[in-house]
Amino acid sequence: MALAESRGTGRHRLPRFQRILLKIAKTLVSVAITMLGLMFVTFIIGRVMPVDPVLAVVGERATNEVYEQVYREMGLDRPVLVQFGYYLRDVLHGDFGMSLLNARPVSEDIRRVFPATFELATLGTLIGVLIGVPLGVMAAVRRGSWIDQIARVVALVGYSMPIFWLGLMGLLIFYGILGWVGGPGRLDIAYEYMVETRTGMILVDSLLAGNWDVFRNAFSHIILPASILGYYSMAYISRMTRSFMLEQLSAEYIITARVKGLPERRVIWKHAFGNIRVQLITVIALSFANLLEGAVLTETIFAWPGLGSYITTALLSADMNAVLGGTVVVGLIFVLLNIFSDLLYQIFDPRAK
Amino acid sequence: MSFLKNITTAAAMALMVGLVPAPGTAETPTDVLVIANRIDDITTLDPAESFEFAGSDVSRNIYSKLVNFDPMNLDAGYQPELAASWDVSEDGKTITFTMKEGLKFASGNPIRAEDAAWSLQRAVKLNKTPSFILTQFGFTPENVEQMIRADGNKVIITTDKQYATSFVLNCLTATIGGILDKEVVMQHEVDGDMGNAWLKTNSAGSGPYKLVTWKPNETVVLETNPNWWGPEPAMKRVIVRHVAESATQRLLLERGDIDVARNLNPQDVAGLEGAPGIAIDSELRGRIMYIAVNQKHPILSKPEVRQAIKYLIDYQGMQDSFLKGQYVIHQNFLPATYLGAVDENPFSLDIEKAKELLAQAGVGPFEIEAGVREAQERLEIAQSLQNTFAQAGITLKLTVGTGKQILGRYRARDLDMYIGAWGPDYPDPHTNAGTFAYNPDNRDEAKLTGLLAWRNAWDTDGLTPKVEAAVIEKDRDLRAQMYRDIQAEFRAKSPFGIMFQRIEQTGRRDNVQNLSLGGAITAVSYWPVTK
Amino acid sequence: MNRQDISRNPDDPRLGFRAWLLTDTPSSRLHARCVAFYAGWLKLRSNTMAMVGLGILILLVLVAAFAPWLAPHDPLAQNLAGRLQPPLSESHLLGTDSLGRDILSRLIYGSRITLYIVALVALIAPIAGLLVGTIAGYAGGIVDAILMRITDIFLAFPRLVLALAFVAALGAGIENAVLAISITAWPPYARLARAETLTIRNSDYISAIRLQGAGPIRIITRHIWPLCTSSLIVRVTLDMAGVILAAAGLGFLGLGAQPPSPEWGAMIAEGRRFILDSWWVATMPGLAIFTVSLAFNLLGDGLRDVLDPKEGG
Repeated sequence: MALAESRGTGRHRLPRFQRILLKIAKTLVSVAITMLGLMFVTFIIGRVMPVDPVLAVVGERATNEVYEQVYREMGLDRPVLVQFGYYLRDVLHGDFGMSLLNARPVSEDIRRVFPATFELATLGTLIGVLIGVPLGVMAAVRRGSWIDQIARVVALVGYSMPIFWLGLMGLLIFYGILGWVGGPGRLDIAYEYMVETRTGMILVDSLLAGNWDVFRNAFSHIILPASILGYYSMAYISRMTRSFMLEQLSAEYIITARVKGLPERRVIWKHAFGNIRVQLITVIALSFANLLEGAVLTETIFAWPGLGSYITTALLSADMNAVLGGTVVVGLIFVLLNIFSDLLYQIFDPRAK
Repeated sequence: MSFLKNITTAAAMALMVGLVPAPGTAETPTDVLVIANRIDDITTLDPAESFEFAGSDVSRNIYSKLVNFDPMNLDAGYQPELAASWDVSEDGKTITFTMKEGLKFASGNPIRAEDAAWSLQRAVKLNKTPSFILTQFGFTPENVEQMIRADGNKVIITTDKQYATSFVLNCLTATIGGILDKEVVMQHEVDGDMGNAWLKTNSAGSGPYKLVTWKPNETVVLETNPNWWGPEPAMKRVIVRHVAESATQRLLLERGDIDVARNLNPQDVAGLEGAPGIAIDSELRGRIMYIAVNQKHPILSKPEVRQAIKYLIDYQGMQDSFLKGQYVIHQNFLPATYLGAVDENPFSLDIEKAKELLAQAGVGPFEIEAGVREAQERLEIAQSLQNTFAQAGITLKLTVGTGKQILGRYRARDLDMYIGAWGPDYPDPHTNAGTFAYNPDNRDEAKLTGLLAWRNAWDTDGLTPKVEAAVIEKDRDLRAQMYRDIQAEFRAKSPFGIMFQRIEQTGRRDNVQNLSLGGAITAVSYWPVTK
Repeated sequence: MNRQDISRNPDDPRLGFRAWLLTDTPSSRLHARCVAFYAGWLKLRSNTMAMVGLGILILLVLVAAFAPWLAPHDPLAQNLAGRLQPPLSESHLLGTDSLGRDILSRLIYGSRITLYIVALVALIAPIAGLLVGTIAGYAGGIVDAILMRITDIFLAFPRLVLALAFVAALGAGIENAVLAISITAWPPYARLARAETLTIRNSDYISAIRLQGAGPIRIITRHIWPLCTSSLIVRVTLDMAGVILAAAGLGFLGLGAQPPSPEWGAMIAEGRRFILDSWWVATMPGLAIFTVSLAFNLLGDGLRDVLDPKEGG
């Protein structure tokens, strides 16, 4: 994002406090414009789509009178810009409209499906970080060694694998043949409705309820899709870690530290790694955002009732309110994560000042 | 497991399979029925609005009707349910139902004639998609309060013309005939919607079950209705879980995670054959698979061309390969088991005959656009057609889309050819005759988009009046003969190539008994099930 | 580097052309470019994995070009009696699919579709990005602000969802899939081109040209574009694997190439139904996609080593 870009030099004369205020104001305006554009583009796509939202509601057998009646009820006879205006007004009131297909508020749907995706992406990122970071550091330290080569191949293979195919094969082998993990969905049917929904994340809810059976079952379901997403995240994080570390390791202060005779482990983890932490967090934030949206295909394969499959289903059945709502939420998270990593940079990285 | 053996033959897989055996099967609780099914077509559970397969399945178990089918004896036809009996007036236009006494809704409210009349009036007034099932008898939102009324414990229905009584009663067994608890529904009325918004996701009926929850694309959960008058169902809870993939349903069934799998494809059915603890049922359903060609097309509207395409379909090849066990050749618009149904299937793949007919029509090679829905079996049918059509010089350009994309163009008469399916709306021959062979106004402006004949711009070559005559014929045998005649003419000149009738193959754990899917005439019944 | 090793024998006649390519004193601008290019090539050549990638891609191009001669069967020929034959069965090396079509032949013809998609996206996205980026960078001010805001909006979209939405709006099909992928792929190129333009715009070199009376269009097309291309090319190579995966993903969801076209992603979607009993139908096209996108990644990785030493290994 270009949010943190500085234009002009005049503001350097302002006092620090005002400078921060100005920066916040600018950021807010730019977020607002981006979100507005995002919604407008989605709205227009929805309107030119050859899928007929009226048909989605009335079904195949509808007579023309029924069709016309619903057409007007949905406000489709008004000009597009007017429709968009009404939609915006509603969104500002926190109302994403009703899903055309299942007759409930889209906001309620999103509240239901979002925790599933969030849980999956979080676990995926966790796996990616826990393996990717040490792998990247080791690859950088032992540059050119076999471990570096393996890390590279593992990452490249990750970048090259069609995720839906990997998911399919994983499901076939680990669930279908070996029976090591749970199947598609978030829980075995027998365990459904056993714990109260508080956060919507079953792993957390079952822990809160102290129900280990449900936790184990949920874990056996989430571990495969999370590992597959985690693999992609790991590929990205390990490559970035390696390149950040290489930059640090060739820096003068590291050479000095080594000359001073500091233990190698201390040099690597305390000095070099300590310096890349901020960069790494931004990379992890980005990777997390990517997983949120990259879950579309994975969720399809694993019948995971999350945001990705929600948007896809809605899109294919012309449920435009649902598509808009879902896209706005994902877009917002995207933008916020970007601002977050920008801010982090501004605050912690001395060079960015 | 058979597929395990199968797969290990492959060297590549064998490495990964290792020696770890699959764990033993789990089991579902004894009073809970767990079903895997595709339920993504449910958009509403209001009986006045619900229209798709999975929705009808839910509705049949939570709403009672005036007359209904006995799941254990579907052949007997409609039976009294909420109505104890009925009388038909001499002019044949008025049917008077006498309600049973002492029955209650799930809420505990008594079931009155008032509730029944109001439910039917409501469906007409709301005027949602399935309302035509009722409005074809001349009801309109304006006159319905006079045409359908309650009087004491009687419901009196007056139609605009004299129809076959069986036709009227068959229509009342459709989902739209579900009787609602007026008091409960009206408590949830918003802006004069007669409770429509609330009923989309809630139930207010008197069937053996009541709705606990419906999570779109996830689950439907039903629970027994304590106020139901019948014997308490053995299954206290029914959970229908949305599982899109056949392979997944099969794995779940093998594992014992579910009791019933409803969308197994032929390969997975074959794979399950002989598996321990699993049984496969086949039940003939009402759905018809057909192709149709647009009569606005200069070439496709020639009578010889219309006949030629019927010889360019590899009926036998498809039935015996990718449709094996799930579709049976059927070349007439009335599904087998319907009044007037015939089993004459004169067409088979005959490229030479088709070429002859095309030559008679004087047409050379040409290209047409065929619309097909994104669903594997239909894509395979489409590709097989593409293959056989090409042998007679007809190039099929396939346009694949989601149901709604293709349907929109079909309804706008915008496709040269459509490859699709049609399921009857109510168990009377008129349901299909009235759409395949009936088109009172073939002009574009008429917009009779609900009629298949209109969508293909076919003026029915004189079949429309015959269909009109058949629907009011009171003599059952004569009426059946009229439909047989209509279908013979239909085969000889219509632009429709009817291909197959659906057989639904269900995988179940073998301890599950008495699961009736509803045959060709109605939907699934959970209440007789035991395990 | 190698350069010194070889310039030890500048008189060797056999090395005439190589020596010309390796000289430290190029005689013209073209000559200098050739020299730089050749030096890069030598470095790339020493990277085994990159060469493997390049080899696979060359093979892919050859397979696509000679598909009719290589394929043992017609990729569309159906045989309902011989459906779902396992690999290594009679005359079907990789088995047959649900309609009895030969999978190997379909994979071979499918390589044409893959190449077609890759080539088109590699043309459309960078050129669109280049246009937007250079105009924004050169014009500055309000034009820059508007164009970059639009770029941001597209960047804020979840990519696959945007592609899905576009295909859904335009209708399924291979051309529309290409367009949709390009629409999601151009913003990073615009960013890159704008950054390059900003550094070039204020250089003395451009000022001199401007003083000679060149108009903005001429400056952009003749002087800024050529300077942006090299960095764009690297980026394109690195993006290609992603393009292949995105196209396969669209095909998998039924929004890419239409039947009976043997697009690899669509083939996986078809085979998905038989995964338990006929695993090869979905596995083979998956391996094909994996191989080709791995090849692009290997090559891209090697190219980055050559052109951007900081990231290299």
